[in-house]
Amino acid sequence: MSEPVVNPGTEQTAPPPKPKRPKPKSMLMIGEQTAALFENARLAKERGEKVGWSASIFPQEIAETLGLNVLYPENHAAGIAARHQADPFLQECEGALGYSNDLCAYAKLNLAYAAVLNDESEIELPDGGKMVKPDFLLLTNNICNQLTKWYENLARQMNIPVFFIDTCYNPSDYVTETRVRYVRAQIDQLIKDLCAFTGKTWDEERFKEVMKISQRNSYLWERANGLLDHKPAPIGGFELFNYMSAMVCNRGKTSTTAIMEQLNAEMEENIRLGKSTFPVEEEFRVSWDGIACWPYLSHNLRTLKKYGINMVASSYGKAWAIEYDDLDGMARAYCFASTNGDNATTMIGRRLEALKRFDCEGTIYHVNRSCKVMDCQMMEVQRQLSEQAGVPFTSFDGDQADYRNYSEAQFETRIQGLVEVMKQNKEAKSNG
Amino acid sequence: MAELRENLARLQAACDNPRTQLDYYLKQGKKVVGCFAPYTPEELVHASGMIPMGLWGGQTEFQKVTAYLPAFACPIMQANMEFALNGVYEGLSAVIIPAICDTLRCMTQNWRFGVPSIPMVPIVYPQNRTSPASVDYLISEFETVLTILSTVTGQMMNEKALCRTIEIYNEHNAAMREFAQIANDHLDVVTPKVRHTVFKSAFFFEKEEHTAIVKEITAALKEQPVHNWTGKKIILTGIAFEPDEVLDILAEYELAVVGDDLAHESRQYRTDTPVTGGGGLKRLALQWNARKGCSLIHELDKPRGKMLARMCQDTGAQGVLTGLMKFCDPEEYDLPFLENDLRQAGVHCTTVSIDQQSSSVEQLRTRIQSFAELI
Repeated sequence: MSEPVVNPGTEQTAPPPKPKRPKPKSMLMIGEQTAALFENARLAKERGEKVGWSASIFPQEIAETLGLNVLYPENHAAGIAARHQADPFLQECEGALGYSNDLCAYAKLNLAYAAVLNDESEIELPDGGKMVKPDFLLLTNNICNQLTKWYENLARQMNIPVFFIDTCYNPSDYVTETRVRYVRAQIDQLIKDLCAFTGKTWDEERFKEVMKISQRNSYLWERANGLLDHKPAPIGGFELFNYMSAMVCNRGKTSTTAIMEQLNAEMEENIRLGKSTFPVEEEFRVSWDGIACWPYLSHNLRTLKKYGINMVASSYGKAWAIEYDDLDGMARAYCFASTNGDNATTMIGRRLEALKRFDCEGTIYHVNRSCKVMDCQMMEVQRQLSEQAGVPFTSFDGDQADYRNYSEAQFETRIQGLVEVMKQNKEAKSNG
Repeated sequence: MAELRENLARLQAACDNPRTQLDYYLKQGKKVVGCFAPYTPEELVHASGMIPMGLWGGQTEFQKVTAYLPAFACPIMQANMEFALNGVYEGLSAVIIPAICDTLRCMTQNWRFGVPSIPMVPIVYPQNRTSPASVDYLISEFETVLTILSTVTGQMMNEKALCRTIEIYNEHNAAMREFAQIANDHLDVVTPKVRHTVFKSAFFFEKEEHTAIVKEITAALKEQPVHNWTGKKIILTGIAFEPDEVLDILAEYELAVVGDDLAHESRQYRTDTPVTGGGGLKRLALQWNARKGCSLIHELDKPRGKMLARMCQDTGAQGVLTGLMKFCDPEEYDLPFLENDLRQAGVHCTTVSIDQQSSSVEQLRTRIQSFAELI
């Protein structure tokens, strides 16, 4: 789907662009933190220290305890996609590198980016190569199995080691104790191996400190998400996507605590003043299922805004609110963090709770072409959840990073359809 | 020769109509457990006195499954779900589903809610096999499978039965490997389709029965003079290479299959369960940890390309044909390295897209023809 065509004849009469709303302080802090993450990795590389790339729900606390600089391909790929810079990477991956277009677009973007860093490709890096070439990889498969294959390929491509924690899918409603034992054994081994590889030393006291920070951050993140239960919600729910990098890449850092405290304070201030950053009146409250459709985030937002729909609950961002208080707890928590790793009962239970708590009137499912683990049980989840919660839903075809898998017209039509049903439900409710 | 033909016809009949096989066993009062592709602990079913039967998709029209899976899901899983929703699998006491890829994770749940008449037994194999803890973890998964199986079928196994089953399975592995080897001296009889039938049929027979038939086939082949094959020889790799019409195209262009790395075929049989080293469950776990060169099992260094190049050397194959199962992401990740490694080793390779439905077969003809000319 192409960007809207500008009619040259109307250019001169177009109204001047609206002045941009100043960014809240918490957002400026996020910007600084992200810049520091990349800059610190670059400086570490310059000093000859080993730098890693990590899966997004890997226990970040381990790297933080060891003082390692780690970057996050999924987060980075999302940024490239959101800035509409994905095309050359997708073309390179599906062309010269020989990958199928069926694969996860985060993986495709990153494998092409890695090929440039590895001198196998000459496409221009729009960010100047701030995602520095890794010396090692940190992998968990709690999000999906594609990550395992993606990292296998990166390891072979760049001839670097993978430090892997196999978190195992949970077909049961809980994490079995045998999984906890297996994952815990892997964590212990990984810490030893990572220390040997990087020359760092494990400091139990430092770990406890990092764990405490991480717990505080998880609590604050969960709390900020929870504040959307106010009516009207103090901010537009999509804005929370902007803060995810703090939880994904910097979960064990005090800089994240400062950002999360600021975010909570800003949201509370809005609640106190009865204000919201959501730019129009909140007519409808919905939940969003799936990863953001990064290439079309602004189109998603514009369309929702048109109908006064605020996204107040998301199944996605909360995956990084990971709570535990020791290494066994860490093993259990990382097995259970992402609903992609959990059975449908757990998935539906979490969503049902959110729909009730945030008083959602509908759900929007992103059929993310990149993500089979989300798509291949979504229909059953939709049926059960809609029936149990009595809330209508719609779905649209999109992608977390591949701009080719989206139709603006389809999104608009589907949202329009959902609005009609939500309106009827609202009227029926007010008529008793 | 007559006996050879009869045996091959028997295996072909089972592949053409697995339902008849299922009914045959059910009539005998036996219980049958469906085993999803690509790996399930069949031995646990067998040791519990039941018959494991493979569920590897097939030809059907995707209608009811569209309420569960998107069009870009693995066609084997789409077919399995469609068959199940249409009652084709009724009579199975349970199914075992390995959550080994993203689509299979979801299949455990789709089955659970979509096919309540046939209980689902999930298994999650460990992927970090260098971790010693993976063995105990997998043993616990096996024990969970056994517990659920005994609850839903009422049939339990004991250690003695499991040890005997392991022997039976190792013997079957050896029989399949020997067939594959001897078949290469008789490529006039063992066409690509015949070879495939011998492998595929293993999923529809009691193991001992299949071993006996395959041994008879191999013995009959040995009695015949070695055939001097003048066509070309190739290795197949991928998840599965079906339907039969694609194999007929190979034969048409005088391409003989002299080895394979298909999950549906030889990948099942190249790793034996150790005969010593602990109880049956532990040895089965060690077998899992010894498997190599499979896209669905995490392994560093991407060894498949080199493995296939060696297979070409050993068998005299002139090229490798990859049957890329549509929408199979684990295979899609392997493909670029596999092809590069083969090319570097001087082996010709081509990839064709496989989806089991015959409607797309003719599209493959041109690619196969070019491949045949190239090698």
